[in-house]
Amino acid sequence: MENEIIVNDLVVRFANVNGTGSASANEMFAKSIFRMGIPVTPKNIFPSNIQGLPTWYEVRISEKGHLGRRAGIDILVGVNPQSLKRDIESVTPGGYFVYDSSKKLHEEFIRTDINYIGIPMIKLAMEHYPVPRLQQLLKNMIYVGAVATLIDMEIEVLKEVIAEQFAAKPKIIPSNYQALELGINYVKEHFEYPLNIRIKRCDNVGDAILIDGNTACGLGAIYAGATVMAWYPITPSTSVAKAFETYCKKLRIDEDGKKKYAFVQAEDELAAIGMVIGATWNGARAFTATSGPGVSLMNEFIGLSYFAEIPVVLINVQRGGPSTGMPTRTQQADLISSAYASHGDTKHVLLFPSSPAECFEFTIKAFDLADRLQTLIMLISDLDLGMNNHMSPPLAWDDDKKYDLGKVLSAEDLEEMKEDFGRYLDVDGDAIPYRTIPGTHPTKGSFFTRGTSHDEYAKYSESGEVYLRNVDRLAQKWETAKTLVPEPEFYQKENRSNVGLLFFGTTTYAAVEAMERFEEEDFMIDSIRVRAFPFHQQVEKFIEEHEQIIVVEQNRDAQFRTLLINELDINPSRLISVVNYDGMPITAKAIQSGIKEKLAVST
Amino acid sequence: MSYIKPAFHHPSLKPNKVGYLKKDYRGVISTLCAGCGHDSISGAIVQACYEISLEPHKLAKLSGIGCSSKTPTYFLSNSHGFNSVHGRMPSITTGANMANKDLIYLGVSGDGDTASIGMGQFVHAIRRNLNMVYIVMNNGCYGLTKGQDSATADFGSISKEGNANPYQAIDLAGLALELNATFVGRSFSGDKNQLVPMIKAAMSHPGFAFLDVISPCVTFNNTKTSTKSYSHVRDHIEATSTLDYVPFEEEITVDYPEGESAEVELFDGSKIHLSKLAPDFNPTDRFTAVNRLHEAKSKGQILTGLLYINPESKDLHNLMGTSDKPLNQFKQKDLCPGSTKLEEINRAFR
Repeated sequence: MENEIIVNDLVVRFANVNGTGSASANEMFAKSIFRMGIPVTPKNIFPSNIQGLPTWYEVRISEKGHLGRRAGIDILVGVNPQSLKRDIESVTPGGYFVYDSSKKLHEEFIRTDINYIGIPMIKLAMEHYPVPRLQQLLKNMIYVGAVATLIDMEIEVLKEVIAEQFAAKPKIIPSNYQALELGINYVKEHFEYPLNIRIKRCDNVGDAILIDGNTACGLGAIYAGATVMAWYPITPSTSVAKAFETYCKKLRIDEDGKKKYAFVQAEDELAAIGMVIGATWNGARAFTATSGPGVSLMNEFIGLSYFAEIPVVLINVQRGGPSTGMPTRTQQADLISSAYASHGDTKHVLLFPSSPAECFEFTIKAFDLADRLQTLIMLISDLDLGMNNHMSPPLAWDDDKKYDLGKVLSAEDLEEMKEDFGRYLDVDGDAIPYRTIPGTHPTKGSFFTRGTSHDEYAKYSESGEVYLRNVDRLAQKWETAKTLVPEPEFYQKENRSNVGLLFFGTTTYAAVEAMERFEEEDFMIDSIRVRAFPFHQQVEKFIEEHEQIIVVEQNRDAQFRTLLINELDINPSRLISVVNYDGMPITAKAIQSGIKEKLAVST
Repeated sequence: MSYIKPAFHHPSLKPNKVGYLKKDYRGVISTLCAGCGHDSISGAIVQACYEISLEPHKLAKLSGIGCSSKTPTYFLSNSHGFNSVHGRMPSITTGANMANKDLIYLGVSGDGDTASIGMGQFVHAIRRNLNMVYIVMNNGCYGLTKGQDSATADFGSISKEGNANPYQAIDLAGLALELNATFVGRSFSGDKNQLVPMIKAAMSHPGFAFLDVISPCVTFNNTKTSTKSYSHVRDHIEATSTLDYVPFEEEITVDYPEGESAEVELFDGSKIHLSKLAPDFNPTDRFTAVNRLHEAKSKGQILTGLLYINPESKDLHNLMGTSDKPLNQFKQKDLCPGSTKLEEINRAFR
């Protein structure tokens, strides 16, 4: 093992103190590897805090393109004294611990099964930079230079990325280059390099981009024609709003320099979704972004949007629950609370993207579906997908695509209509009625929107018969929704096993890697990635065709499995659950061992 | 696009300038209790809209939950309406206004809907100077749930339940003034002469126009011991002024006595003419208004009239710098940046 050279298959983890500028240095490190054509997966593991607490940045480098998290750290760069002990313990035997040797490492931190590489980071920084804040910032570039040299990174690529990063402040580029050189030279003078675990340029990223899901969602909303965004700050969804605003400033200014969008930071999540409902009711495309606690607060309005049939797009970037939970860790634990949000009989369409490209595509899809179905569509993302950069296919837009604005009557339509306009009248037999936008016509098409029980003409009614007609139509509309939501994705041309693997969202990265390993072991399994709720008919079919289905998800209570049982009436004994819910993204290994364990027990 | 209204109508009623009869502004028959103050306010809204020759589809009426929030069905049947959820009318109105800045937004709420559950949204709509008329039909009690005191019930006031209210009242007009609302008025459902021009002025105000209208609850809070009863309000009312709303295109034909009147010009050239009852009262001076409100309160009086107007008001669209064209009018070609732009964006992430 010691002498074996491992190329393009390693995990580097940086242990920092948050608020010290380490994030941007670490991001440049990851981006440079991506520029060398090597698939890379960075994960920012950060505290709910602004300054002073431990934060980690983990970069998985995988020539094979495995984009899930992998346990086991090959190189740990430990520059945070607070977490030093834990960090050292986390290094894989045979791995490397790169640390700040300005002070001698205490004996309790010495492990015999790992290698130590001491770089006097702060000492070098203090020798070269007079200002404490600069010392702190450039210390980061010193370790980047050191690690880059140790793993044989192309320094020119790193320099190019640094120059791009600081394009707006070119004055600071030379000092960053200098700090980089300090790290590089120290390694060259004191250690044998490169290490036996290293990287090498390859050509495995194609036209992929490195982007986070929240930015892709924000861009998706712009491409979908959203003009109103109302939101309330909450981790990990805030950057959706930020991205929407940032790109609107570039892409949505009219000829008078005025904004073709309204961006409202609401007083709370209740107001945020209220504003979205008001805006879509009035004919604009509008959306909000939030996380679990926000969805809890929005429940009342979610019911209104369902019952009064008002389009809403809600981006739910899930975090660890319940309650305030783990606000800076990831989970897929808002499934039931999203699917059945609000009191009374309610059901909502959920979309499950698994990559930034799909975040973009599904955000656009969500607007079309919301207008088509006149209801709330929730895009279910999570912290891992939303806030971490992912290698993703490029964002795609077809210029021939036309927005589906659904059934909206124009003034001309109303003029030509012979019958009375019934806001909740099922004219076409698909349970979707026609709507009118306020201000359309002086005397025709006005109606009264309400959350109380109403008849086909939007009139208040306490009649049981009228109520049944209305809610039964809503149930029928749910059947229409099933035909419109994205189909699942399959990973085999035809079935070859009686065991099926079912997953969705960010579990996909790890699941795909697990499938490859099964392949290597000749363990046959069929796989399906579900992309929407309600479940597409093909999901039902796949489950019928397999004796056992392994449902992989990232929450304690196997909520997705519950949805399958509840909606498809499946015998629970056929659905085997593999879960991961410690707040860190699931790994292929966890899926692999989970499946083996569960199958051994059940057979 | 122009629409021609049918020419036939009851010969005794005249159509207004846009060809509508008063009945075109009515709604369905009210189901509120006979004598409810709210019905008078609905009547005042109908009158105001008829008089200013508003095309009914150019107004959207919105409400929360409660007796007051039911009233939008009792006026303006040709306008779109939205009876939302309890205390959340301001957020719905904010969104609606963001989508289309060209409609008039008339929000109707009650004292429970605004001063308790909806307080958060109320104050933030003021803070943003949302362009809307916000009417609180204020009766000091929860009617639909059978008469519990509301947060605007005065200290010591005794409703039908028979217990003196031990809590301090929230004065919504005072609060609106404190928060720099750009138009604040108070009136009484029983004073149509004051209320109708005040609604008209509020509709032409470019910003948040707040009207706190005392509106007695005949069923639960019209007792001799209640401070929100018809008799108590009539006995304790003090008006700052009487007012006329004069639309831009109309000439002032009435002679107002010099020195006892004031005129405020609105952004659209319309004027509010005030015949001042209180000689030192200036409706554009917020501090005077706050002081007069406190003075009246300490004397047990209810100060009514236009309490404050900021003629320089800039509404939310103005503050945000949104396009002159309503956002809901933009089409895909105006909004979607297209594939070439997207490729450029993709490149930045490589």
